Amino acid sequence: MRGISKRYGAVLANDSVDLRVDHGEVLGLLGENGAGKSTLMKVLYGLVRPDSGEILVNGRLSTIDGPASAIAAGIGIVTQHFSLAAPLSVVDNILLTERSGQLLNRKAAAANLLELAEGLGFDIDVMAPVSDLSVGERQRVEILKALYHQCQVLVLDEPTAVLRPQEIDSLFEIVERLKGDNTAIVLISHKLAEVRAACDRVVVLRAGRSIADVPVASATDAELAELMVGSVVPQPAERGSQSDGDVVLNITELTLNGPSGEPLLDSVNIDVRAGEILGIAGVAGNGQSELMAALHGVGPTVKGSITVNGIDVTNTNPEKVRAAGVGRLPEDRHGAMVQDLSVELNLELERLDLYSTKSGFDRAALRRRAEELIDKFEIKAAPEDPVSSLSGGNMQKVLLARVLSESPDVIAVSQPTRGLDIGATRYVRTALVEQRDRGAAILVDTQDLTEILEVSDRVAVMSRGRVVGVVEASETDAVALGLMMAGRHA
Amino acid sequence: MLRLIARTSETRSARWVLPVAAMIAALVVVSIAGAAVGAAPWSIAKALLWTPLSSDFGRRESLVSATPFVFTGVAVAVAFRGGFYNIGAEGQMLAGAIGAAWIGPHIGHWPRPLAIAATVAIGLIFGALWILPPAVLKVYRRTDEVVTTLMLNPVALLLVSALLTGPWKDPETGFPESERTATAAEFPRLFADSRIHLGLLVAIAVAGLCWYVINKRTTGIKYRAAGLAPEASRFAGLPVNRLNLAAALSSGAIAGLAGASEVAGVQYRLTQGLSGGAGFTGIVAATLGGLTIIGSVLSAVMLGVVRVGSQSMSRTLGVPSQLGDLFTGVLLLFMASILIFRKYKLGFSPRFPRSEAAKDGAKA
Repeated sequence: MRGISKRYGAVLANDSVDLRVDHGEVLGLLGENGAGKSTLMKVLYGLVRPDSGEILVNGRLSTIDGPASAIAAGIGIVTQHFSLAAPLSVVDNILLTERSGQLLNRKAAAANLLELAEGLGFDIDVMAPVSDLSVGERQRVEILKALYHQCQVLVLDEPTAVLRPQEIDSLFEIVERLKGDNTAIVLISHKLAEVRAACDRVVVLRAGRSIADVPVASATDAELAELMVGSVVPQPAERGSQSDGDVVLNITELTLNGPSGEPLLDSVNIDVRAGEILGIAGVAGNGQSELMAALHGVGPTVKGSITVNGIDVTNTNPEKVRAAGVGRLPEDRHGAMVQDLSVELNLELERLDLYSTKSGFDRAALRRRAEELIDKFEIKAAPEDPVSSLSGGNMQKVLLARVLSESPDVIAVSQPTRGLDIGATRYVRTALVEQRDRGAAILVDTQDLTEILEVSDRVAVMSRGRVVGVVEASETDAVALGLMMAGRHA
Repeated sequence: MLRLIARTSETRSARWVLPVAAMIAALVVVSIAGAAVGAAPWSIAKALLWTPLSSDFGRRESLVSATPFVFTGVAVAVAFRGGFYNIGAEGQMLAGAIGAAWIGPHIGHWPRPLAIAATVAIGLIFGALWILPPAVLKVYRRTDEVVTTLMLNPVALLLVSALLTGPWKDPETGFPESERTATAAEFPRLFADSRIHLGLLVAIAVAGLCWYVINKRTTGIKYRAAGLAPEASRFAGLPVNRLNLAAALSSGAIAGLAGASEVAGVQYRLTQGLSGGAGFTGIVAATLGGLTIIGSVLSAVMLGVVRVGSQSMSRTLGVPSQLGDLFTGVLLLFMASILIFRKYKLGFSPRFPRSEAAKDGAKA
């Protein structure tokens, strides 16, 4: 791939990225969330058309305008979300991807498939319906599907995210065999240990640009982690000294299992004191979302307990959690507001009953309150504007105003500045630190390590649903956190 | 390349301009169909919309025809605003009619106000009962209510047929008509020389109540929020399940009242063609009215005019009265497809990668 660029609105997802992978080589593609890995692979598979750049397969310029032409060019991809029809058998799933207009020959396809599977050491019943297979087996079917179409380049997009440890080991054995068969393999990951175990060479993407292309053996984990997150200069926001407050938020042995029994939260214990910000660091999908959903009163039923000022709010509802003194700012700020309703109604959506009078809903009082909050939180909008017309930064300010105007004892916030510009980001972080100085106990879940280091007093690192370490923010840095997130202790 | 561009805000004038544009387009289509059966180009439009309004009799009959449409239009608007897509007003209306025809003959000895109140009450209850299974399935099992409410329509229709050809068949004539309701249970006529009956007042009162609750009470604001964005409302601690349930049950009850009103005010018995498709016409009325209560009532009255117009047109112009139904159907199609212009406008753009366009579409 040469000079691939792709712009989404104001974001340059790929900025003239070059990527080369040779026959019989395993290339690791490292990068944080949003670094542009997925976009690059979508371009390769024809799901996204690049603004500029070209793709060459075996030295020949290839026009890839859709998955069909990608498959024809010998490119195969295995994503985290399998594209398999569960009620159909393995062989039928493979036949589904045949070009139309051909006579089906199930027997020949099955024989062909068995041969491929044996070559890789798979023990698989090709006549079994996919719904009977485990996640690891389904992944193998996806790999078989790619091989069946004689793929020469196989992309594995975060293949280990859905697997159990034993399955990961066998996946890597398969990768070794494919490498021996001269297939070119791209392994996308943000886990350093995996890249080190399986890859020959590694390309690091950051903010859409390829910033390193080195043999794995020549770089240390610390160097790779630093390349991934960027050189971090923590700028501690203006803040008062840390008070030795009481524990306001207590999370004990919080446990949650996924649909197939995999642990999403595994005995999580967290205390947050008054006047303290605790940051939650971790690679996306390691239990942070589930933890925050439980705190917000919207998640599935969990084991363990969450108490706020001694009040048990485990497995209750948003109303009870709010009443106990938790200010809640969710990851999806669009989804937390009724987009077609006005700013004023969204500001007070949790408190509409305050405006009930005998003669109906008191619009004048709502308007006064909204104007006050718009002024105080510097929201650039009129009270009657629909929320859908607001910028991301102003939307976040509306949510902040909704939550902070109640002076909550606990604030549970996810990705507080995702997608915001520099000014709005500064505003939100300052607001959080002010709340801390006021005495709130704050839990911040963010993918942004700079942010964690800037606002937190302590940082808890999550991996595979567990808190794998809690460190003082002043005694750590992005590299050390990156290593802990990747499952290695610095 | 011509493409749709998202409007930053909905223009207020769109509320009026778009239904009128849809009506003109529908009139053009119906006129073409009319021309095919030999009617002069302008005669169809005139017969449908003007002739009924040009005489006292026509105006009053239009209101008689509009009465069930007001009920069902409001019923549909109430449901849609609360996020419950009730396509089954037809079935709920028939359920209400069954209730009214069932008790009607047996309450002749009751004082009249009580008998009328009982008729209204049973219409509300039977309509609500008919929507109860879809409502419960939607709220507690996430079953798609469009399918379930729609599928209960033919069930209600077949139930009516079964009753009228079975136990409720007129024992003397053998006609598929139920026993006449007692005089005490009849809705009184409002004027000596017209068929306009109490049902029209009840319909307007119901519409007024709905308008008041939705626009002026805190509950109404919560109700709208839950309809527009259930997840956001749940996150904010609103009782979304209860609000959805309320939307469904009140919608079903109001549609049931349409049936009771037709039985007690017009037919005085259950008949095969009692609904006249009013349950479906209600969807047209609510859509044309932009899902507002006032808009739905006005559209219902307009559709009542069209109904009367299409009946007289078949006599005066010698064209099938189904042209009226064609107009209503085409109008709904145009309105539904034109609704997109409330959020988008047409614009020209240079060549544009497909994925980008899809992304813009998804954002809206």
